[in-house]
Amino acid sequence: MTRLIGLDALWLSLAVSLFGVLLVPAAIIRRRPEWLAWTRSAVYTNFALLTLAAGAMVYGLVAHDFSISYVAQVGSRATPLLFTVISLWGALEGSILFWAWVLAFYAAAVLWVNRDREGTLVPYASAVILAVAVFFGILLVGPANPFHLVSPVPPDGPGPNPLLQNHILMAVHPPLLYLGYVGLTVPFAFAVAAMLNGEVLQDHWVVLARRWTLVAWALLSAAIIAGMWWSYEVLGWGGYWAWDPVENASFMPWLTATAYLHSVMVQERRGLLRLWTLNLVVATFVLTILGTFLTRSGIVSSVHAFTQGTIGWYFLAFIGVVLVAALVLVAGNSDRLKSEGQLGGVISRDTVFLLNNLLLTAFTFTVLVGTLFPLVAEAARGVKVSVGEPFFNRMTLPICVALLFLMGVGPALPWRGVSNDEARSRLLPPAVGAALALVIALMSGVRMPYALLAWVSAGYAIAAVLREYQRGVGGRMRARGERWLVALVRLVRGNRRRYGGFLSHIGVFVVALAIATSSALRREHEQTLRPGESMSLAGFEIRLDKVSGREEPQRAVIGAAVTILRGGAVLRRMEPRMNFYPTQQSPVPTPDVRSTPAGDLYLTLMAFRPDGTTATIKAIHEPLVPWIWIGGMIVILGALVALWPTPARATEAAA
Amino acid sequence: MNWRRALIAGAVAIPVLFFFAWGLTRDPGEIPSPLPGRAAPDFALEVFAPGEPPLARAVGDTVRASALKGRIVVLNFWASWCLACRDEHTILSQGARAYADQPVTFLGVLYNDEPRKGNAWIAEMGGQSYPSVNDPGARTAIEYGLYGVPETFFVNAEGRVVRKHTGPIPAAVLKGILDSLLAAPRAATTP
Repeated sequence: MTRLIGLDALWLSLAVSLFGVLLVPAAIIRRRPEWLAWTRSAVYTNFALLTLAAGAMVYGLVAHDFSISYVAQVGSRATPLLFTVISLWGALEGSILFWAWVLAFYAAAVLWVNRDREGTLVPYASAVILAVAVFFGILLVGPANPFHLVSPVPPDGPGPNPLLQNHILMAVHPPLLYLGYVGLTVPFAFAVAAMLNGEVLQDHWVVLARRWTLVAWALLSAAIIAGMWWSYEVLGWGGYWAWDPVENASFMPWLTATAYLHSVMVQERRGLLRLWTLNLVVATFVLTILGTFLTRSGIVSSVHAFTQGTIGWYFLAFIGVVLVAALVLVAGNSDRLKSEGQLGGVISRDTVFLLNNLLLTAFTFTVLVGTLFPLVAEAARGVKVSVGEPFFNRMTLPICVALLFLMGVGPALPWRGVSNDEARSRLLPPAVGAALALVIALMSGVRMPYALLAWVSAGYAIAAVLREYQRGVGGRMRARGERWLVALVRLVRGNRRRYGGFLSHIGVFVVALAIATSSALRREHEQTLRPGESMSLAGFEIRLDKVSGREEPQRAVIGAAVTILRGGAVLRRMEPRMNFYPTQQSPVPTPDVRSTPAGDLYLTLMAFRPDGTTATIKAIHEPLVPWIWIGGMIVILGALVALWPTPARATEAAA
Repeated sequence: MNWRRALIAGAVAIPVLFFFAWGLTRDPGEIPSPLPGRAAPDFALEVFAPGEPPLARAVGDTVRASALKGRIVVLNFWASWCLACRDEHTILSQGARAYADQPVTFLGVLYNDEPRKGNAWIAEMGGQSYPSVNDPGARTAIEYGLYGVPETFFVNAEGRVVRKHTGPIPAAVLKGILDSLLAAPRAATTP
């Protein structure tokens, strides 16, 4: 019953989406613009139907209805309720269903927010989103159908992948990722709509695309940070980023979206880079689909890869349609998208933004090349290769340092350019910050050249950004006699985009410093201990007390009870564990992490004797790691400040 | 619209798409296994599901890899919780019957599962023609470098692993491999 409701909802949703898409050409050919109003009903109905389908799946999971193929694949009676619900996105079919639902949600949200807007832009954009929905609809009734009938009905299932039922962040990271990833469809839809209805030179779509990009960008940033955090807390290797294809797939659109958020400022302020900006919108969307293709089709191997099947061919066809349509539309419109002016002088914010865009694009390209290289190598030389961290680190670290530095220079310079004297008076003072950062880094023992460069660049940039705040606040305090806190709040409120953006930059500096320092000063030690013995690392004494096991409904757990001492005093007890799931060949570790602002002590149980006489423990000391998560939150906070709707009163005043 | 430029841009996409299409025909998970060509790891596992005459073996019997020398062995790792194993069940069961009068032994190895559930699964699937052994602690699976279930290993008459198939095995593949092994029992060591 549940299965049939879900399946019927999927078929109806496909029909409704298709109807919504076909309305647009029909309305144009028959010259009946009033038909476009029906796209609204199509969007809302599609959202309702997919909500019903996703709801049916969640109900099936919770009710352990193993006649539904997806439930039989990921469900298990022993799995706790929370992890049963979130296994909705734990495997291929469910994740495609969830994707389609998020897309339908965005379509409805875009319409709802713009319900009073006249013209063809929003209906066209809705139709573009529905066209993407048609593709996912086809997947859902075809190769990724989660509602197949399993007969005879199995009494129980294997449960979700153990890695996905180990941590609460699994309830947070995937939804954020889908919200961010799928949200990037919206600016693309506006871009295509504007190219179709000839409004590509007007500002409506630019403003709409920018706002929706910022929403998706903030969510994607949060998702990437949450994913790093999850990987750090769960996987037991003490790292947070491995340049795996799936990580790259989420990172590439983030890079191009970041480039877009900057180039669109140049476009709005100076009327430049129109074609470039449009290309970034399109590229961002294409990269989301390409990333999904790479990771869902099994074309590249990845620790995250979903099961393979025919789905890759569907994605390939879709990429073909998107790529050809986008290239044709952009190239066809390129004559109209000439820049209106000239870039400013060499020492100007214009130049910095241009460099920033070139670097971010080069960054994206590097990651893309590294991700696809195994495939290229197999095509060219017939050999299997894997591209790992060394390639990515060597290629991208210089770009990262240069970007950090530019983030300090950019805000300090005005648009169009300045005289050399003015430039000097703006660019020299933050050097104090750079010097200070260098001293701090050297005193903390950082010696790795790139880590030092990161400290220097970030020190410079932090000083430059703080100076911008200080100039703004100081100006208000002098001119209006406000107290500094009042002046700060009003300053930010008066230009949310500018100061929200700066706040995001501060978050990026914090993340960059934390990553640079934690990789430069990471210490690790692995030793086999008997109960009562200890090992030492970074001033901590790590004493093994006991190795013991216990049975839980869905797994067996072996834990090593460990006491952490410093100078003879007990700091804390920790228990790194190893979990044995009946359906997995290798055990899944659960590391134990002791976090302080100064750094983390990270323990993993590597091996043990079944009789409990020894345990091998790996201890990692990583300074400043918590600041990666804190910095990530600052980045998102900055985006929220920039997004926060300006009160109507202020809008009127501005107009 | 500048149609000329649009067409050129659209054409740029074609080679990229061909490249991906080619990539889709590859399997990145198919990392060359070092096993084919080498001696099959030995095992001594207990029968928990007898199979059906004429291929049946008594429950509790110990099957040793070394005792199967001279015969071609089809070693299929499976589990009751594995959905893909349902797809290949009939193919293997019928395949074993079809080669019953040849020097071919089919053997199921239960992977990370309980014999009770394994037997229930076999009953549910309508029986299995050949016997299955249990692999406690997945030791044999580890020896064979199992990636997941189902996976099928082909061992030739000299006791060397000659082929490994990942995922449910299609009937044509099963027949193709067995026929080539039977046709050239001495030379079939190429992976």
